[in-house]
Amino acid sequence: MKKILRDSEHLVRLVILAAIFVAVFLIIRKAVVPAGFGKYGHYRAGALDDIRARSISFAGHEACETCHDEQAQKKAQGKHAQVACEACHGPLAAHADDPSTIKAVKPDPATLCMRCHQADSAKPKTFPQVAGDHAGGEPCGACHNPHNPAM
Amino acid sequence: MTPGVQGFMYPNEVELQWSVLIVLYPYITGLVAGAFILASLSRIFNIAAVKPIYRLSLLTALAFLLVAPLPLQLHLGHPERSFEMYLTPHKTSAMAMFGFVYLWYLLAVLLTEIWLDYRGDIVRLAQSSRAPVKWIYAALTLGSYNVSPASRRIDDRVGWAVTLIGIPSAFLLHGYVGFIFGSVKANPWWSTPLMPIVFLFSAMVSGIAAVLVIYQAITRIRGREADMACLDTVAKYLFYVFIVDFSLEMLDLVHRTYESNESFRALDFMVHTRLFFSQIVLQIYLGTLLPIALLAVTQVVKLRAPVRRVLYSTAASLTLIGILAMRWNVVIGGQLFSKSFLGYTTYKMEFATREGLLPAIALMILPFPILWVLLKLLPPWEEQKAT
Amino acid sequence: MDLNRRELLVGVGKFIILSGSARAALNGDTQTYNMAEHWWGMTIDVSKCIGCGNCVRACAAENGVPKGYFRTWVERYQVNGGDIEHPQVDSPDGAFNGFPPRGPSNAKSFFVPKLCNHCVDSPCVQACPVGATFDSPDGVVLVDEKYCVGCRYCIQACPYGCRYLHPTKHTADKCSLCYHRITKGLTTACCEACPTGARKLADLKNPADPVHEFLRDNNVQVLKPYMATRAKVYYKDLDGAVR
Repeated sequence: MKKILRDSEHLVRLVILAAIFVAVFLIIRKAVVPAGFGKYGHYRAGALDDIRARSISFAGHEACETCHDEQAQKKAQGKHAQVACEACHGPLAAHADDPSTIKAVKPDPATLCMRCHQADSAKPKTFPQVAGDHAGGEPCGACHNPHNPAM
Repeated sequence: MTPGVQGFMYPNEVELQWSVLIVLYPYITGLVAGAFILASLSRIFNIAAVKPIYRLSLLTALAFLLVAPLPLQLHLGHPERSFEMYLTPHKTSAMAMFGFVYLWYLLAVLLTEIWLDYRGDIVRLAQSSRAPVKWIYAALTLGSYNVSPASRRIDDRVGWAVTLIGIPSAFLLHGYVGFIFGSVKANPWWSTPLMPIVFLFSAMVSGIAAVLVIYQAITRIRGREADMACLDTVAKYLFYVFIVDFSLEMLDLVHRTYESNESFRALDFMVHTRLFFSQIVLQIYLGTLLPIALLAVTQVVKLRAPVRRVLYSTAASLTLIGILAMRWNVVIGGQLFSKSFLGYTTYKMEFATREGLLPAIALMILPFPILWVLLKLLPPWEEQKAT
Repeated sequence: MDLNRRELLVGVGKFIILSGSARAALNGDTQTYNMAEHWWGMTIDVSKCIGCGNCVRACAAENGVPKGYFRTWVERYQVNGGDIEHPQVDSPDGAFNGFPPRGPSNAKSFFVPKLCNHCVDSPCVQACPVGATFDSPDGVVLVDEKYCVGCRYCIQACPYGCRYLHPTKHTADKCSLCYHRITKGLTTACCEACPTGARKLADLKNPADPVHEFLRDNNVQVLKPYMATRAKVYYKDLDGAVR
């Protein structure tokens, strides 16, 4: 027995080396894996908080309506009732947070209106579309109020 | 129209995600697996003829295995976080198992087997060489200088067991790479149960071919004669494994063509246009049919040794190119077509960037200086072996 | 109006509390969001989409999506002569600037907005080797950009092409269903910006959500149902030509 042990001593050293390696790995693992990993699933629970904390650019139409009641009322009566304020005016959460300093920019009707209303055969047939010479060179605003576009 | 795009691709598909470095990785691990299987032929199956290349095969496998993680590290968006695969491996992901399979194979199989086989030489060299090399050998002895016949018999028995475990481990090391591709249901070019098997057999082909080329090159550099019985046997195994590999590839092709499912037309078009040179010319004709034909000639016709040597090295070199082309066709080919089956894009390989051609070439060259160092440190040949 | 001191103090106190909670409601009180009460998805009515690209621009503005990469995009389909196997599809720059106008045509054509489907059996989550992409308890598939190693396996695994590698962060990125908004009672940026109501955020656990009526009363499909991903973006009037 003693002889076998003497002749396989190098193997015992190898096994001990392997055991040390595994132990070091487990210690590193304990120290480095982020806290909260595995709380809800195989991921870092803190990621949910990180993502939720991202900044917001669009305030949402309800925020606009708390101050701009007149435009909201006008819009609610027309065909653009379902079009959110920021769909045309762009992201304005910064303005909603600090209305006096950050101002909204009035969008240019020529590009804005055409984005939706330029005729295309792929658009639904019931959707109001205009092509070519609809306005005879006149700007859209000459006949249509964007908040309530009925003639 | 987006440059390089033909037809329609989902907007995020236009740029390829996996580059030439990801072509290299299965190639390199394939060489490792193939070289190791060759070594195990001598150890487990007692095929005496291949004994002369036993140690060379192991060292070749080690040189390539050390380089294998490098293309992956260069490819990762955050290589400094790659250790996460060891810390929190996601058990549903084939890729998560990579780290452990690699470590297991490197430490428990390859290094252990090399150490057990070379221990006699290591102890002798630890005693006879001078500093600083002496310290390397001394460290490798792990402090034990017992090389009595009894201890060497134990080494032999344990080494045999390690090689035995090593064969399925080598299959796993490379087979799982095939599974990484084969299990992606979103990609019809990759998704097939044949993928791990095709990868494995092409790995064996490339590994055997690599050892064939390296052995012939080294014996020429050393000014010696290659052992013809060994070369003939290795070439014979290359031939047999190649037949199996080719049959598997043909089975995949015939099956796809016969079933002709939704993806077939789009893939067929891709193979005949964007993939024509790399798949038809390089992989099939030059890389498979021609080497098989050359090897078949050596099996059927009685030829003189110098002629056989030329045919072997030509066939093996063509094979190595062909298998690299196969990896290219799988990895790059799988990303050239749209998952809408309505369009194709182009792979814009850069040159001197992190994932460009230059690092790819450098990584393919790197195993050779490493092998040179290993050969100097642990000479494989009989006349220098301690009794 | 004569106020005694007591009434004044009570009145001021109420004002402070009410305006404070109004502020909190506007800013979004994250403390009151309970993940277990929600199961998020989206409904898309293809027959309402006009291809204006508002959603693509709004998403890019809200989430800082880099140019040339898309968390959402719109495809335009044209089916000639009923040949649904060979539709002509285009998505110029993901429809970031809408679509260039085309002349009148008799072929069937329509727009299809696309985004991450927030699959229940998500192949991208399955593929991630480290746990950087995951299913939140409320059904949103998210990416932890601090943990992602950038291996891109998830991008390969997604059947819908909705993922990309962020060019400067070097991590995988995709639609997060505006998780930072929906957990505060807001809707997603794309739904907010959609002028026709083609896109609507859906909370399947909310019995009052219109999604239940939508699913019950319409012919709905998910993209690539044979992939068995259990996608949660439901399309009404999705044509067979759609890829």
